Amino acid sequence: MSANNEIDYGTPASAAENQITLQIDGHSVTVNAGTSVMRAAAEAGISIPKLCATDSLEPFGSCRMCLVQIEGARGYPASCTTPVAEGMKVCTQNDKLATIRRGIAELYISDHPLDCLTCAANGDCELQDTVGQVGLREVRYGFDGENHLGAEKDTSNPYFTFDPSKCIVCSRCVRACEETQGTFALTIGGRGFESHVSPGQDQAFMESECVSCGACVQACPTATLMEKSVIDHGVPEHSTITTCAYCGVGCSFKAEMKGEQLVRMVPDKNGQANHGHSCVKGRFAFGYATHKDRITTPMVRDKISDAWREVSWEEAISFAAERLKQIQAKYGKDAVGGITSSRCTNEETYLVQKLIRAGFGNNNVDTCARVCHSPTGYGLKNTFGESSGTQTFDSVMKADVIMVIGANPTDGHPVFGSLMKRRLRQGAKLIVVDPRSIDLVRNSPHVKADYHLKLRPGTNVAVVTALAHVIVTEGLADEAFALERCDVESFSKWKTFVSLPQNSPEAVADITGVDAETLRAAARLYATAPNGAIYYGLGVTEHSQGSTTVIGIANLAMATGNVGRDGVGVNPLRGQNNVQGSCDMGSFPHEFVGYRHVSDGETRAQFEAAWGVTLASEPGLRIPNMFAAAIDGTFKGLYVQGEDIAQSDPDTQHVHHALRELECLIVQDIFLNETAKFAHVFLPGSSFLEKNGTFTNAERRISPVRKVMTPLAGKEDWEVTQDLANALGYPMHYSHPAEIMAEIASLTPQFAGVTYEKIDAMGSIQWPCNEDAPNGTPIMHTDQFVRGKGRFMLTEYIPTQERTNSKYPLILTTGRILSQYNVGAQTRRTENVAWHDEDRLEIHPHDAEVLGIADGDWVGVKSRTGETVMHAVITDRMQPGVVYTTFHFPHSGANVITTDNSDWATNCPEYKVTAVHVAKVAQPSEWQQQYRSFSDNQQSLLDNRITAVE
Amino acid sequence: MEKSNLIKMANDIGSFFKSEPDRALAIQGVEQHIRNFWEPRMRKEIIEYLEKGGTELMDIVAEAVKKLVK
Repeated sequence: MSANNEIDYGTPASAAENQITLQIDGHSVTVNAGTSVMRAAAEAGISIPKLCATDSLEPFGSCRMCLVQIEGARGYPASCTTPVAEGMKVCTQNDKLATIRRGIAELYISDHPLDCLTCAANGDCELQDTVGQVGLREVRYGFDGENHLGAEKDTSNPYFTFDPSKCIVCSRCVRACEETQGTFALTIGGRGFESHVSPGQDQAFMESECVSCGACVQACPTATLMEKSVIDHGVPEHSTITTCAYCGVGCSFKAEMKGEQLVRMVPDKNGQANHGHSCVKGRFAFGYATHKDRITTPMVRDKISDAWREVSWEEAISFAAERLKQIQAKYGKDAVGGITSSRCTNEETYLVQKLIRAGFGNNNVDTCARVCHSPTGYGLKNTFGESSGTQTFDSVMKADVIMVIGANPTDGHPVFGSLMKRRLRQGAKLIVVDPRSIDLVRNSPHVKADYHLKLRPGTNVAVVTALAHVIVTEGLADEAFALERCDVESFSKWKTFVSLPQNSPEAVADITGVDAETLRAAARLYATAPNGAIYYGLGVTEHSQGSTTVIGIANLAMATGNVGRDGVGVNPLRGQNNVQGSCDMGSFPHEFVGYRHVSDGETRAQFEAAWGVTLASEPGLRIPNMFAAAIDGTFKGLYVQGEDIAQSDPDTQHVHHALRELECLIVQDIFLNETAKFAHVFLPGSSFLEKNGTFTNAERRISPVRKVMTPLAGKEDWEVTQDLANALGYPMHYSHPAEIMAEIASLTPQFAGVTYEKIDAMGSIQWPCNEDAPNGTPIMHTDQFVRGKGRFMLTEYIPTQERTNSKYPLILTTGRILSQYNVGAQTRRTENVAWHDEDRLEIHPHDAEVLGIADGDWVGVKSRTGETVMHAVITDRMQPGVVYTTFHFPHSGANVITTDNSDWATNCPEYKVTAVHVAKVAQPSEWQQQYRSFSDNQQSLLDNRITAVE
Repeated sequence: MEKSNLIKMANDIGSFFKSEPDRALAIQGVEQHIRNFWEPRMRKEIIEYLEKGGTELMDIVAEAVKKLVK
């Protein structure tokens, strides 16, 4: 179903540049060549009745409702499948066409329930609209003939129903599943009168391959596929465009409302990151925002063994400020710090780091990107000169060879994954570098990797350097590009290094587990592609050599000339919605907004002048350093906004130890998350629906976040930070986040041209946006690299110190799954648990057999740092010797077993390589039992909180 | 902070820069990295460790830490 009051042009826009002029109903109309007659009419304001056509799908021509007459043409062609031609004269409405259309509508309605007044789609039904448009007044055939009105409704999906009695078999849902999502879960079964939409092999939706992206629901012109929220609450009455709060794709949505109640999230077809597509999280999993677990009153307590005490905002802020002041008075100003979140807006993040630098008086600010993409920042800054990806998402549609390294787009970044699959169906080649057989490797209809380099975890650098070895020694490098655009000395040094025999595919095959000839073939494919694009994720960064691999990827792109135009580039797929933004906003302890080091006197002077204080010139503590300093007794106070370090960070017992050592932990969140169980002050946060601001996605796209309901706790998050700053004696007086963005723009060269007005006018802006690029920068490094000359750096493979042995013989690697998101605080509180309600351990059949493990068994997973227990899933996605799990559920304790090994440059944890022992067990691990007890106790302290006096 | 952790972090940095054929550049790389990213109390502790012998530090790391003193 289309969103309210939105024009549906019937067929997609044509990208052709030459134009055609024709006449439609006597009006002269000029459109791009390749445009359908239907769309040309719609662009001229002339609506041709239609049912099987919608502008998100290629024309199909099955419903025959859109027939027109064209002067000189035979018969009545379908306007959706007929392209415009120069001088064409089209008639969209006359008596003959009206008669034909009414006849068609009559046939449809003769087999359709006439329950419009009580139908969930009443008022938002294309069939209803079209039948009204053609003026159908009677159904001559009656309603007693054979029909489908008794067809059984499928309610298996938690978010939408499938009512075949209302289906007109227009195939829009089937085509949406194919074209938009690329899953091919739906088909038309039967023939003639028996034709029907069939999920899988006539299965229920939940039993089919359906991934619940909502594309079919979006495309359905009737109430056949209908959101349960609309069935429950009725058709929305207004909508606001905002940005999804899940992954780094940053999809644009219309939040469709009734008053302050969110009825549904409809992907915005004008959204420049998602073009009207969505995934199960963004489309449907918004129930957490009003979940009963939301805490909406501030709380404080002296010790974490005390019950919480509800207090006023004033008392909570005052309590927090006094504690922080006392700590600084006793232990020094560097004994406190804070953590920003990639789940918060740019403005909120900016404000937290400003509070810490200007209000706390130190640089002890870090962000959750520390544990995901900090190596991206380091690697790309040092090679290209900017800590960001180089492309738009749409750029993938120009790629000829796509290399996916350590990323799983169909699960982690599903809307971009669908776009990539569309390009692959058009014929682009695919190289996957991953220890696990992700969906792109197989299981994905019409998409198959040409090469899968199924490497051993921890050997990325060896593989990337071996790819470079082949490119250089086989003469496949783009020397002209490298010599013109890059630092020549570094290029020469790099070529010598990668050409060394120890970097050849043959030499590293025993280390990486990748067949040398396969690696050579993959290198040749990438290097010789007209356009070669690399996409990577946390499978690259979360290693002891994470930054080295990022550097190696940048080296590959520069050496092959795959930087600076559409279809190429280096594309980090960011995990959370605002990872790019939180990094941009100066969340790292060593740099101000816009990636300028705190030791740079000129930059510091600029901030000192703007903020009215003297700023520290030394880098502050990173998150793992904060933990170490807390255990060491020199770090005592921490302000955490929107982040759950107790669950997400590695070596859980170490993290919990550090948190227990703090004298004041302030947590600002929408739920009492795992970190808040160690807190002394809880400041209720606001969901993305309750505040204004911006998110910046993986393609540097700054998109609007707009308030659609009153904050449940009464304040937007930036207001809380501002209150804390004022209570600490550092004045802040913003009245709207637009003012915060104005300050960011005034202090940041990459953001100088960004304003809320421009974001609203353009829909979104890709930074840099400044005098040189007033409308933003879709593709970076087009004429020269940001640093001037691209810099090649040497990437020697250093094996991780996390080794297998007889005691810990398997390697555990971690990842994510489509239906759950990060620590699961949001998605665990939605119906998404229907797909994934616990973290499980994937293990290869051979390993399972050797260990005597059957599918579904409880298995203990023990590492050098801890032990946890989870259910086993036996799958040949894994390679022998490697097991895998997700980290979405706190009691699974996936991070109890991960270690404190980290990236050499950034301390990003090595989540992807942990040596473990796996064995069948009968009960939860000791840690799980202890943590369950602790967690239950904390829940009790919450349930028995001392409530505020009215 | 725990010494072993700081030593490991410093040596990890050294492991990256040791592939640089020019030893002076490698030492400079380690030094600059620690200056850019280590909070002062961490630098202080690694300097103190070096001054007490610093036997577990890689050669180029020890050289770099010496330069931090200046």
